[in-house]
Amino acid sequence: MASNETVILDSAGIGRALTRIAHEILERNKGTEGLVLIGIRSGGDHLARILGQRITQIEGEKIPLGTIDITMYRDDLGSRGSLPLGKTEIPFPLDGRKVVLIDDVLFTGRTIRAAMDALVDIGRPKNIQLATLIDRGHRELPIRADYVGRNVPTSREEKILVEFAADNNPVEVRLVKP
Amino acid sequence: MSFRHKHILGTEQLSREDIELILDTAESLREINSREIKKVPTLRGKTIVNLFYEASTRTRTSFEIAGKRLSADTINMTASTSSVTKGETLEDTAKNIQAMKPDIIVMRHSASGAPHYLAQRVDCSIINAGDGAHEHPSQALLDLLTIRQRKGRLEGLTVAIVGDITHSRVARSDLYAMTKMGMKVRFCGPGTMVPPGIERLGAEVFTDMDDAVRDADVVMMLRIQLERQGKTLLPTLREYARLYGLNPARLALAKSDVIVMHPGPLNRGVEISSYVANGSRSVILNQVENGVAVRMALLYLVAGGDHSEA
Repeated sequence: MASNETVILDSAGIGRALTRIAHEILERNKGTEGLVLIGIRSGGDHLARILGQRITQIEGEKIPLGTIDITMYRDDLGSRGSLPLGKTEIPFPLDGRKVVLIDDVLFTGRTIRAAMDALVDIGRPKNIQLATLIDRGHRELPIRADYVGRNVPTSREEKILVEFAADNNPVEVRLVKP
Repeated sequence: MSFRHKHILGTEQLSREDIELILDTAESLREINSREIKKVPTLRGKTIVNLFYEASTRTRTSFEIAGKRLSADTINMTASTSSVTKGETLEDTAKNIQAMKPDIIVMRHSASGAPHYLAQRVDCSIINAGDGAHEHPSQALLDLLTIRQRKGRLEGLTVAIVGDITHSRVARSDLYAMTKMGMKVRFCGPGTMVPPGIERLGAEVFTDMDDAVRDADVVMMLRIQLERQGKTLLPTLREYARLYGLNPARLALAKSDVIVMHPGPLNRGVEISSYVANGSRSVILNQVENGVAVRMALLYLVAGGDHSEA
């Protein structure tokens, strides 16, 4: 690890944060009735899978899991070049469901805006909630997370890296100074 | 990797990596076409002009639907209803369209190289939707996508392309693209319809269709263009159908999991029997379906691209 990097969460820390978020989701929604998890590619989809497993362990029930790719809904096409597309896989109807959207790092809020636009094009959820592993501030839109793993004060120039292993399980979260 | 082409003029200019990116992008975009609301806002505010100097239903409609599903504004211009019939040159027409600031011109022309000529004279991106007997890149790419979906791979597959190779832009675009993907391409047709020297581009040439089809993974039939060379290059259509038509007996020579393709429109009973065209091995309508996704991918990649290597 380079000297300008600090580990904010190790894998045990990430695991504890996700366990707590799973409990909070169940508490807020009073169980799994109508609940679906949708992870934002890429990063959020892996966290959604783990959250799904935790919820199944706690409640003994499986809940539907989807992934969403928001590239086609970005507002910066042209300034970044055409990014490779991932697949959106939501193999169940969204109408009337309580959707928990999952991202790894919440920053400007633009990704979440794009994800919400993408969701409402696919169906009409009863509500949309937001879970994020790291909230690093600097919002540019009026967006707030319902479930946060860790709030990390950052400067705009710093970066947050969420590292995943080859099996897509999170390894650690690092803060990188410029 | 990101896409670095400003124009899509042919598969000859695309690398294997470019083709893989286009196919992967198209595969992701297919999901949009199965939604109830088949639209994403990606190309909002972009203008696409479909400039068609030759008749086309499938390709023009497909490009138009592709543009609209990405929220671009698409405008169709066909030669018969435009100032082309009043004698305007291609360059003047293009300059006038350019003055209206489109982002992409999708162009079909009967002259080989017309889109290349235009690409050097206008600022916007040009997508070749068929130029003379030269290239038809979007067709070749949708062919590859269809084959990859059915076979799970491209590398090592043998494709027999049968018909009027000389006048087929589809055959040429397929040849460039397929050889890059590690596929074996067999060309087959009567001597009058296979250009001499095509072997140098990597194709194997057959005059006996049974030999060409034997153990093939894919059989692609080309349309005999009845309105054009059909009259001069063939003794009779009946003889052509007998020697170069795809019927169930001939298809049985290919691998048991062979797929049958055709860029359309079909001349049923000439190059392909209705039984085969409607049969279980036919993926002709899958090709049309994939056409929309591939064209969405091309529009997206060209519109959002970083054109440093244009």
